[in-house]
Amino acid sequence: MSQYFKNIWSAISTVSIGMKVTFKHLFVPAVTIQYPDVKLELPERERNRLYMNMDDCIGCDQCARACPVNCIEIETVKSLPDEDLGKTSNGKRKALWVTKFNIDIAKCCYCQLCVFPCPTECIYMTDVYEFSEFKRDNLVYDYATLSPEERVQKKLNYEKFEVEKAAQKAAAAPAAAAKKAEESKEAKPENKEVKPESKDIKPETRAASPDNKEATSGNSETKPENREDKPE
Amino acid sequence: MIYDFFYNLTGSQILAYVIGSLLPLFIFILPFALVAVLLERKVSAHMQDRLGPMRVGYHGLLQTVADILKLIQKEDIVAESNDKPLFNLAPVLVFAGSYTAFAAIPFTSAFIGSNIDLGIIFIIAITGLSVAGILMAGWASNNKYTLLGAMRSVAQIISYEIPTILVVLSLIMITGTASLNKLSEMQSGHFWNWMILGGPGLSLTKFLFIPFMIIGFVIIYISTLAEVNRTPFDIPEAESELVSGYHTEYSGMKFAMFFLAEYANMFAVSAIVVALFFGGYQSPFGYLGNTLHLPWLIPIEQFFWFIFKGVFFVIVQMWLRWTLPRLRVDQLMAVCWKYLIPIAFVNLIIVGLITVL
Repeated sequence: MSQYFKNIWSAISTVSIGMKVTFKHLFVPAVTIQYPDVKLELPERERNRLYMNMDDCIGCDQCARACPVNCIEIETVKSLPDEDLGKTSNGKRKALWVTKFNIDIAKCCYCQLCVFPCPTECIYMTDVYEFSEFKRDNLVYDYATLSPEERVQKKLNYEKFEVEKAAQKAAAAPAAAAKKAEESKEAKPENKEVKPESKDIKPETRAASPDNKEATSGNSETKPENREDKPE
Repeated sequence: MIYDFFYNLTGSQILAYVIGSLLPLFIFILPFALVAVLLERKVSAHMQDRLGPMRVGYHGLLQTVADILKLIQKEDIVAESNDKPLFNLAPVLVFAGSYTAFAAIPFTSAFIGSNIDLGIIFIIAITGLSVAGILMAGWASNNKYTLLGAMRSVAQIISYEIPTILVVLSLIMITGTASLNKLSEMQSGHFWNWMILGGPGLSLTKFLFIPFMIIGFVIIYISTLAEVNRTPFDIPEAESELVSGYHTEYSGMKFAMFFLAEYANMFAVSAIVVALFFGGYQSPFGYLGNTLHLPWLIPIEQFFWFIFKGVFFVIVQMWLRWTLPRLRVDQLMAVCWKYLIPIAFVNLIIVGLITVL
């Protein structure tokens, strides 16, 4: 019988203790963070979206080589002697046209290993972490500032320059008259070869699409990997 | 009463009945359900140090409106193996049960759907209708969880009606009336005339009643809480074990009707407790309309006080819900048969003896 009343008492007392606790919590400020409106402050050395500042890039390819998952693809073309590309912010002279600088952020593992080798500190991690996309292709960021036509043009320019240089070397031994005739003969077929190539490149403004394999010769190693990753 | 008012206004008996019966639904139950659902979510959120709905409107004020819009658009699914007539009838019956109870609840001295002499007995009887609806829903869904939930619910509601009726009986013995309107009128004046403080008058019996009235109030509050299937007595619709019990198979507006019935019931039982123990629609301090000689102000004040007290007890129900864990089935039955009913019986006998004094 005493157990019976003890039960009643313990029921009443424990319920009132519980009610007191919940009532107190009514006035405790909520711990909720209203996410898109209010964001948690990130740690000082957070590693999020990779960013590349093209103005400072000298096209040295060191970041691409450091990347453990090969998510950076760089292609460069040498500039002509009479072209001035300017200098980077820390005084390094730019000598290469960067015709392709793709970062496949879907592959990126945020290890930050690409950041340290950069001689001009132009590639770094930002605090942006909201960059989801509906299509995986959109996660391939193209940082090269040259327009697609310019990229083709730079390549052509350099090839033309090479040809001219070779022709000059070849003409150095024979007489000046013979040299000129030779040069005009050689240059014309060269142009014919290049032109169809340029047609291939033009439609592909997105450098990441797997079709521009023939057009770009520099990164033949990374391309097959690229294709495996793509969902077909 | 409200019927005579509309009869004089429209001159048609049928129209007066229709308006009088639809009035509580549209001016009270639907807005109350809207507010109560939001209140429940906000109260639960703040008790758990969360914020609750914050997006729709200022601090989520329009959240339930958006939810209702969503529910209206939803597909009304009736599965192949459901018992279709019963399946469709059940939500209507459950809602009718809780809605009909509002007919006998005195909102103010001027607004009472039906001023019947057996008001409180009528409410207890008519809420039994929802038991049939719940069992129907559980059976017709053809799903073992819904059937389990429905059977638990029926066992629970029938058991807990006994302590409710015992406490109501003790009050009927004191007051000599079962009409909720007369009960409320009796407790007029100030709050010391309320039944929880021994009722009107200033005799020795009034003070003798006080402890037994408090016990009676606690018993009826617990048992009505169990009757409306609220936590900690929500084993019929236990989400974690029965996937919401008897309304698992319902969608769209039929589910909304169950939901509406649940919230209407919450207020109905709070209203019963208020009308029995806390002076019904009576103001605790006298009326402003009396001091200002504005007789039309009194029903408005009464309505305010009734809603205020009712919503207070609804909030206490929510408070209990977010404090206590769910009882096991055997514990639930033990609470009713081993504790509430014997105590209610002893209470009834003692109150009877004091009444004889």
